[in-house]
Amino acid sequence: MPHWVDACAAEDIETEDLIRYDHPDGRTFAIYRSPEDEFHCTDGLCTHEFVHLADGLVQGCLIECPMHNGVFDYRTGKAKRAPAYEDLKTYQTKVENGRVLIEI
Amino acid sequence: MDYLRCPIPWCGEFVLDRRNYSLLGEEGRKAVEKGLAAADWYHTKVSRNEMKELMGRTDRYALRDTAIWIAALLLSAGAGIYLWPSWFSVPFWLAYGVLYGSSSDSRWHECGHGTAFKTPWMNDVVHQIACFMIMRNPTVWRWSHSRHHTDTIIVGRDPEIAVMRPPDAARILLNLFGIMDAIEAFRRMFIHVTGRLHPEEETYVPASEHHKVVFTARIWFAIYAATVATAVWMGSILPLMVIGLPRFYGAWHHIMTGVLQHAALADDVIDHRLNSRTFHLNPISRFIYWNMNYHVEHHMFPMVPYHALPRLHELIKHDLPSADGSVWSAYRTVLPVLLRQLRGDNVFLVRKLPDTARPYRAELHDAVGA
Repeated sequence: MPHWVDACAAEDIETEDLIRYDHPDGRTFAIYRSPEDEFHCTDGLCTHEFVHLADGLVQGCLIECPMHNGVFDYRTGKAKRAPAYEDLKTYQTKVENGRVLIEI
Repeated sequence: MDYLRCPIPWCGEFVLDRRNYSLLGEEGRKAVEKGLAAADWYHTKVSRNEMKELMGRTDRYALRDTAIWIAALLLSAGAGIYLWPSWFSVPFWLAYGVLYGSSSDSRWHECGHGTAFKTPWMNDVVHQIACFMIMRNPTVWRWSHSRHHTDTIIVGRDPEIAVMRPPDAARILLNLFGIMDAIEAFRRMFIHVTGRLHPEEETYVPASEHHKVVFTARIWFAIYAATVATAVWMGSILPLMVIGLPRFYGAWHHIMTGVLQHAALADDVIDHRLNSRTFHLNPISRFIYWNMNYHVEHHMFPMVPYHALPRLHELIKHDLPSADGSVWSAYRTVLPVLLRQLRGDNVFLVRKLPDTARPYRAELHDAVGA
């Protein structure tokens, strides 16, 4: 059953950047702050290979995998460039009292 | 166990535990079992802000370098054609050959990573042109290089191990003139033209990409056929001096630099400091090679563009083996090891780390070094 999880403080993420959030159940997520100051969340690992997206580069609404240049639109999870073909799973986010919550 | 005959006549026959570098062989399966495939590699610590700054994209440097490259290609080819068939044309063909047959290696590579330009279509255009020049199918090599970065010098997994054990000295020497690589490139192109892929390529190129491989190969085949037909019609090899042959007579520079990337270093390790080499180069060669002499840095952080690699080197060199001072000094350490490998010794170099570096992960790298 999806539920809201307190992942980080909003100020932990710079604009046009992301951080990694590891849930105690073992899952890992990437939380993004867009240039428009919106927060987004996707699975933390590239769908191509086992690489944490949190080490990658955010450019606008895109996240580039730090290993092989696979690119995703982090708002939709859509894979935009090979070698990434499989879309990322996305999660709802909200900000309450300066904290970023993700629904997982 | 394989029995090998050394190419040097007086060496005779020796026994060597020769490894199977095929992606279809037993070694690949063993690498997966040992956890060497898609492993968690060592990375020097770099702050997030510094890495973001280093990974930042711009068109500026690649536009400048590509404009110089294209201008130099046009000028050298133009002068070569103008002076043809005089011997005075030779220096211009030598320059054109390196710009075509060696600079294309680094352009293919860097644009394949998508890091040279900020604008994606610019990367794609230069990638396609450079792939044609270096005779590497852009789709096949994008995927093979992806594997090379995932499983760098992991035997049975990495399709781009240029210098195996024992080294194929004849192949390396012939490749200074592009011979073996170009023959293999044409063989693969003919396979692709018929709508098929090599069985090894099928292990890393997804089926959804196969049609791109075939489409490109057919276009290239048409270009080469038209070039040969023009040469026959003119009764001159001049068209081939411009298209095709520079891949042979200009290959020496990318072999000279490319061999140093990983040769005589460890295989089956998950620390790029043990299997990759950084060495210093003169500015002209760095332009040709687009800074890939910073190879440890490139493998550790592949999304850092070529123009930022010198800065990355300065930032992390405290954690790396010291860079070789030149191509010559690098070969002075590489060649004795390759010669011992040719004689059957299972040796490789383990470079000393500075006192400021974090140590190698000994539990993973316990083989005997040279």
